Parts: sequence; C-alpha cells; structure tokens
Amino acid sequence: MIELKDVSKIYNEGRPNEVRAVTDVTLSIPAGRVTVFKGPSGSGKTTLLTLVGCLARPTEGRILLDGELISSLPERFMTEVRRRTFGFVFQRFNLIRGLSVLENVMIPAYPLGPDYRELKSRAMDLLARLKLDHKAKMKTEYLSGGESQRVAIARALINDPEWIIADEPTANLDSKLALQFLDEVRQLKETGKSIIITSHDDRIVNADVVDMVVEMEDGRIIGIEERNAS
Amino acid sequence: MRHWLARQRYLVDFTLAALLRRKGRNLMLLFIYTLVIFILASVIFFGSALRHEAKAVLKGAPEVTVQNLVMGRHAMAPPEWVEKLKKVRGARRIEGRLWGYFYDKANGANYTVMVPSRYDRKNALKDGETIIGAGLARVRDVRRIGHLFLLSPKGKLMKLKVKRILPETSELVSADLVLMSRGDFLRFFDLPENGGYTDIAMQVRNRNEVAKIVEKISKMLPTARVITREDVLRTYENVFSWREGVVLAMLSAALVAFAIFAFDKASGLSAEERREIGILKAVGWETSDILAMKLWEGGLVSLFAFIFGVAAAYAHVFLFDAGVLAPVLKGWSVLYPQFSLTPQVDRLQLATLAFVTVIPFTAATLVPIWKAAITDPDVVMR
Amino acid sequence: MIFDPPVMALLLASAFSTVIVALGAVFGVHVLLHWNLADGHARQIRMEKRTYLVSTALMLVMVLQLATLVLFVHNADRMAVLFTGAMCAVGTLNVNEYGMPAFLIQVAVFFGAALWLIVNAADNMGRDYPYTRFKYGLLVLLAPLVIAGGVLEWLYFLNLDPNVITSCCSKLFTPENAGIQADLSSADPKLALYALFGGLALLMGLAVWAMRARAGAAAYGIAGSLFFIVAIVAIISAVSSYIYETPNHHCPFCILKPQYGFIGYFLYLPLFLASAIALGIGVLSLWPLPDSLRDRLPMRLHHLVLVSAGLFAIFGAVALYAILASHLIMFG
Ligand SMILES: Nc1ncnc2c1ncn2[C@@H]1O[C@H](COP(=O)(O)OP(=O)(O)OP(=O)(O)O)[C@@H](O)[C@H]1O
Ligand SMILES: [Mg+2]
Repeated sequence: MIELKDVSKIYNEGRPNEVRAVTDVTLSIPAGRVTVFKGPSGSGKTTLLTLVGCLARPTEGRILLDGELISSLPERFMTEVRRRTFGFVFQRFNLIRGLSVLENVMIPAYPLGPDYRELKSRAMDLLARLKLDHKAKMKTEYLSGGESQRVAIARALINDPEWIIADEPTANLDSKLALQFLDEVRQLKETGKSIIITSHDDRIVNADVVDMVVEMEDGRIIGIEERNAS
Repeated sequence: MRHWLARQRYLVDFTLAALLRRKGRNLMLLFIYTLVIFILASVIFFGSALRHEAKAVLKGAPEVTVQNLVMGRHAMAPPEWVEKLKKVRGARRIEGRLWGYFYDKANGANYTVMVPSRYDRKNALKDGETIIGAGLARVRDVRRIGHLFLLSPKGKLMKLKVKRILPETSELVSADLVLMSRGDFLRFFDLPENGGYTDIAMQVRNRNEVAKIVEKISKMLPTARVITREDVLRTYENVFSWREGVVLAMLSAALVAFAIFAFDKASGLSAEERREIGILKAVGWETSDILAMKLWEGGLVSLFAFIFGVAAAYAHVFLFDAGVLAPVLKGWSVLYPQFSLTPQVDRLQLATLAFVTVIPFTAATLVPIWKAAITDPDVVMR
Repeated sequence: MIFDPPVMALLLASAFSTVIVALGAVFGVHVLLHWNLADGHARQIRMEKRTYLVSTALMLVMVLQLATLVLFVHNADRMAVLFTGAMCAVGTLNVNEYGMPAFLIQVAVFFGAALWLIVNAADNMGRDYPYTRFKYGLLVLLAPLVIAGGVLEWLYFLNLDPNVITSCCSKLFTPENAGIQADLSSADPKLALYALFGGLALLMGLAVWAMRARAGAAAYGIAGSLFFIVAIVAIISAVSSYIYETPNHHCPFCILKPQYGFIGYFLYLPLFLASAIALGIGVLSLWPLPDSLRDRLPMRLHHLVLVSAGLFAIFGAVALYAILASHLIMFG
C-alpha cells in the first residue's frame, strides 16, 4: 500500500515561472489492485505519478510505502527503492535506440551486477511471455507501436517489481492494441502485481479490471471512485 | 565484490555500445585527443632521445678537462702543464688535445677539426689522411671522390685522403667531425710546433676523488679552468630540459584549446542523450551509476587516444626521425638532419605524458559529466 | 626548473587537486551550515546533487595523489644528476628547504584523501547519510593542507638552483650525524625488526579479533595507523641495509631505484594503502555506530580489515624476502 499525506510538488520554486503541479494530495493506493488517475491535461496526473513512483521527491508532505517513509530519502536510496519496487511503462515507451530488444529489457538490472546468463534467461522468458522472443536481436527503432509497448512492459518487469506504473499507455495505440494492453494488465493483476495508470482514455477508465479511479483537477483530487469492492 | 565487478563489466559494455552508437562525434573527439597526445609524445620522446645521445657521446669524453685562461678567455695550454699534471695522484691518461672549429666558406658549415687521441687506436692517422663525419661526407659528396679538399684559414689548399667515414648511427656529435694527424693539424691552422694544446684531458682512477683532484689542479695551476664531465652533463641536461619545456609550455596553449573542445563536446549533450540518461535513471540507474559509466567513457577514450597517440609518436620519432619536429627542437647546424635515434622510452616520460593530457581532459569533462548524471529521471515523462 | 616536463606534470596535478579541494571546502562550509535531509526544497536537493560531484572529484584527487607521490619521488631521483652531491631523491629534495616539507605534506594529503573516501563510502550506505557533517568538516580541514602542499611544491620547483651543493642520503641517513634522519638510522636494527614483525603478528591477531567485535576493529585501526611509523623506522634502520647489502646505508629512497629491482615500490605501495585503510577503519569504529548503518557498516568494516590485513601481509612478505635474499648478515 502506498499512502500520500498532504503531498505537494512545486516546480521552479522561488523563480518567476514557479508552478504548483500537485497541491495537498492525501490518498491511499491499495496493493494488488488497478488504480487509474484521470483528469484534464495539465491537472497533475503525471506529476503525481512521478512522486508515487519515487522518480521525484515531493516538495512538501510525506509518502509511505508499506508503512516506510520514502519521501525524504536521498536520491541514492530513493533509486534503490524505485528499482526493486517499481517498473515503468512510459507514454512514449522510451526505449533506447540503437540497442537490441534484449538489451533494452536487461538494462534496469545492470547496476545490480547480476550473473549475465541468469539475467539473459530471465529477459528471454519475459519476452517469450509477451510473444516477442523472435525479435530479441532486433534494434528497437524497427519495432511497431504495440511491440514497443510490450518491450517496455518486459523491461518494467525485469527486476520483478511489485508495482507497475504506466503513464498514458494507450495514447499512441489504436483500439485493438489498447484492448491487448488491457489484457496484459489483467494478466499482471492476476500474478499479484499492483498497477497504477494515468489516462484520459475512456477505454481504460471504464475497463472492468480497474478497481479505483482517482479524478484530478488543478493539482488536487476532486473525487475517488472505488469499484469491484471486495 | 563479484557484483561490483559484474556491474563494472555491464557499465563498460554499455559504454562501448554507446560510444559506437555516436560514432561521428566520438571519432572526432578521439582523433583530436590522439593528435594532441601524438604531438606531446613526439616532443617528449625526441627530447629524451637527444639527451640520451648526448649522454652516450659524453660517456667517451674525458672525466676532467683542463683549459688555460688568459684574461678570462680561452688560450692554448702550455706543454709544461702536461708534465705538471702527471704528478697529480689519481689522474691517469693525461694528454694534451688539439682541436678547433673551422668555418668552411664553400658551403657555410662549421666543422670540428681534431687530432685523434693517442689512446684511440682505431682512428690513428698518418699525415695526409683523414677520417670524417657522415654529415660532412654527405655535404661534400666525398663518397664518390675519396679525397677531401680543405682551404685553410690562411688560404692554403690541403688535400686529404679519406680513410674512413664515421658511421651515421646515433652519433649526433660526430656528424661534423674532421680528424687529421698532428702534423696536418699544425700546418692547417698554422700553429708553432711547441705552441701547446687546446686543452688537456685526463681520466680519474677513482670517481669519488674527482672533486679532490679538481681542487688540487686549481691550486697548482691558478689560471686553469677545470671542467668535469659531470659539469657538462649537467649543462646538457639543463639545456635539453629547458628546450623541451618551452615547447611543452607552448603546447599547453594547444592543450587548453583541446580541453575547451572536450568540455564543449561533453557538455553539449544532445537532446537524445539527455533523454537516454533520463531513461536509464527512470528504469533504475542511480546518479553514481551514470557517473561511473561516463567516467568509463572518458577513461576508455583517454586510453585509446593514449595508445594510438604514443604508438604514432614512437613511429614518428624513431622510425621517421621526427620529421615534423626536428627543425624546432634541434635548431643546430645544417649538417645534422640525418641520423636515427635510438628508441628510448621510459616510465617517467609516459607518466608525464599521461599527467599532462589526462588531467586536463578529466578536469574539462568532470562538470559536464556530473551535469549529465544529475538529469532528473522525470524528464522522460514529458 | 619549472620548464622540465615532469615538473610541469607535477605542478599541473597539484593545481588540479588544490582547486578541487578548495572548491570542495567551500561547498563543505555550505553543508555544515544548511544540511537538512528532511527538507524537500530546492536548496537541499541542489546540495545533495552537488555531493556527487564532490565525491567523484575527490576520488580523482586521491588516485592522482597516489600517482603524484610516485612521480614526485621518481622524478626527484632522476633529477639527482643535476645537483652536485645528490645521488638519489633525498639529495634533490634537500636542494632547498621546501623539498622535504612538500614531500611530507603530499604523504599527509594522501592519507587525508583516503580517509575521506572511506568515510564517504560508509556515509553513502546509510539512509540518513550519518557522516555527512563529519565528512565535510574533514574536507574543510583537509583544504589548508592541500593548499600548503601545492604552494610548497611550487616554491620547491621554482627555487631549484643547479648550483647548490646538496647533501644526500649517505650524509643524512647516517647514525653518526645529528638530526631526525640520523636518529632514525641509528635506531637499533634488531629492535626495529622485532617491532616490525612483532607488530605484523599483532596486527594479524587484531584482524581476527576485529572479525568478532567492534572493539577489535577499533584496536586494529589504531594499531594499523601506528604501525605505519614502526614500518618506516624499520625500513630506514634495518630493511634498507639488507637491500643495499651494506650495514651503513640507510636511505629510504634509494630502494626505489632500478638497481634494487624497484623493491621499494613493492614495500611502500602495500604499506601506504594498508595504513590508509587502517586509519579509515579506526575512525569509523571509534565513532558511535549510527542506527542507519547497524546492518551494513560492520560487514563493510570486515571487508576493509581483510583488505588492509592482506596488504600488510604482502608488505611483510616483501620485507622478509628482502632480508632473506640479502647477502648481508647483521646478526650472528
Ligand atoms: N518539469 C516541469 N517544470 C515546470 N513545470 C512543470 C514540469 N512538469 C510539469 N509541469 C507543470 O505542472 C502541471 C502538471 O503537469 P502534468 O504533466 O503533471 O499534467 P498531466 O495531468 O500529466 O497532463 P497531461 O494529461 O497533458 O499529460 C502543468 O501545468 C505542467 O506545465
Ligand atoms: Mg501527463
């Protein structure tokens, strides 16, 4: 479970272009569920996601991961928490061009210094699960949108994180691929992963895998809708 | 430890791949870096090889030389001095030497004319014979004629049969040498039979006594100037270091320019590269991982540039006789250009070279590398 | 004499270190005044980011410092031909009054930088960065030393006058003379060797104890740092004589020369590294153990003790080899 208490994020603090992207957010995100942040453009969804995912530190407020305070950790330890806890799927996939699919999937594990053969077999297993093993050697710039996203999912899973975070995952996908993505989310949920997605795509927001919808506006939460209450 | 090693290996792999992915830019950097190292290494190698030559030549030189001074200027040493010096204990092989310089109007070169030492059996000469240095042989085209014609300072023509030409290899100082018999020498310079010697040379039985012997001679012959081989060596060492140093100092200007170039390259991260670093950080790399990777990058570029630059400089100096640099560093008579240097590279030179190239490069790239490494991971979300 | 290439290299290196440490110290003052990890505001985040730059730069300084020490001595040795009376580095260092102090400060800077890096590595393991203030206080203290070293080095090289007649090791390191070098040389060689190998045995014992208890690590750290002095005395009074195979030559620099197979480097490098690590162990284990390091620091200290003890053992083995391989028999 992730708990946020009075969390704010200010960009360009003290300068003329100061922006309050997130203001006084208090929220609990349950583990093992699918949570969606929705809201108009500029409402602070992505910013909130970076705070939850330990990509940035809140300017004010506290964030707890399973009861442990993570928001005031120095960057070094925040990274430690991030790489064992969170896997990311970005809107623009953010694969590294010029490297092969396999290398892209393995990259998050490099700083941990694992055994190469063990790492490679783990990566190949993931690619096989996502039906991409035949493209392992291919450079990522030649992949289609759907394939790119599946590589990004494989990369997010390589360190076996408990949480998967996806920012606007379907913005660049057609309906068929969006459905396929939802399918993958369902499978991940079945394996016990917790998932957080930002989206203003109704295909996602209204999907039946979603357990909770958090609605945002101007950096604040204006509504929380819980479904599939168990 | 195992993880640490594995991590370094992954970082190196990734770095090499990254270097290759941006071939154009990195090759450019490598090329300029190599060029800088090549020039500096050439200067250092060449300087030290010259110093080495000089030392080798001086090895055969007498340990102590005694000159006569009249009114503070060099004058012929009287013949009696030789007998007097023979009484100094610890000195041996005392010998008056005859040598001088001669300006050849025919081709504007300076020769060293010398009577070979009595102890130098190999170069013993009869009247009418000569042994000459290779440089001179080349200039005068002796190889075909077999005779050397010299116009003495007083205008008399002298014809000498060339007995031998001194080998060209590694004898910087012998290039302009003309050896002739004592009789010929006196006749050539029009000197009286008993006019004395240019200087008096001697060896010393025990090297530790040199100082004592010098003191004794100075007492016995108050007008004499006594020069030891160590003095000469020291002067040489100074002069060479100084020349080399001046060239190096000038080159450091080039080095600064290079550092600025490197800084520019390192800090001008392309948008794509920034994004790449953002991705790495977002997926779990830490600032120190990026720093380590970038340091590896700099280290590998330095290493390659160093190896290529040093190898090229080695070839340049020792295989191609420092064609590019020789005129600057030697700055001597026209007779010298053709000789081969004995390959001569030591740890100190390499260490010096590494210091003066790698330190500026590292200093110049450190801040840009750090700036890149602290890229916020959330940039990839935008 | 500053146009001599190796001298230029050394001066460049010292300029680099001086600038880095001076800037680091300025930043250190900021940290001492404003550091607050609980703060999420821009200044603290900027400061945390800057610590990466400072520690990377100091790591480079440390590596450079080690290389500089070697180059400094090697170069002094080479320059001995330039000075009447000089036979090795000692003669060159004694050409003017700045040489020896410059050298000794370089040694001190090496130990300071190594200590800083060890504390830094430990600091980076704790989630609350427990040593940050201590670390930057140390850096602020280190800065004057580095600057003094740099200034002395400049003065030394600027004032190298080839006409000075200097005195070399055979004059200075002679028991008959007065002065600290002479006193070191006249230390009883037998006693010095007992202290050397006895000290090594003690260190190995303490290393074993350090694996069990924190007090052991502290004892090892202190003993290891002090052992550096014992080892230097023993090298001067006894080991060097064995290497030269004459009972009267006691120079600690001539053993670096090629005619003795560079054995000096094999003695000094392990000794310096081992002592520097021991110093770090001592400081870390005398400081109260921070909560955030309760799990990780003891492990790290064990590793450091192992590495340091291993290096001391290598040093001891080289010294023993030098003694056994020598034809000199000093004691019946
Ligand atoms: N790095 C930054 N520097 C300055 N302002 C920023 C930064 N990141 C975001 N903002 C601002 O913060 C506000 C919230 O941005 P955010 O990206 O979180 O919105 P969003 O809900 O994800 O929007 P969208 O649906 O368009 O992705 C916006 O006004 C944006 O301009
Ligand atoms: Mg967004």
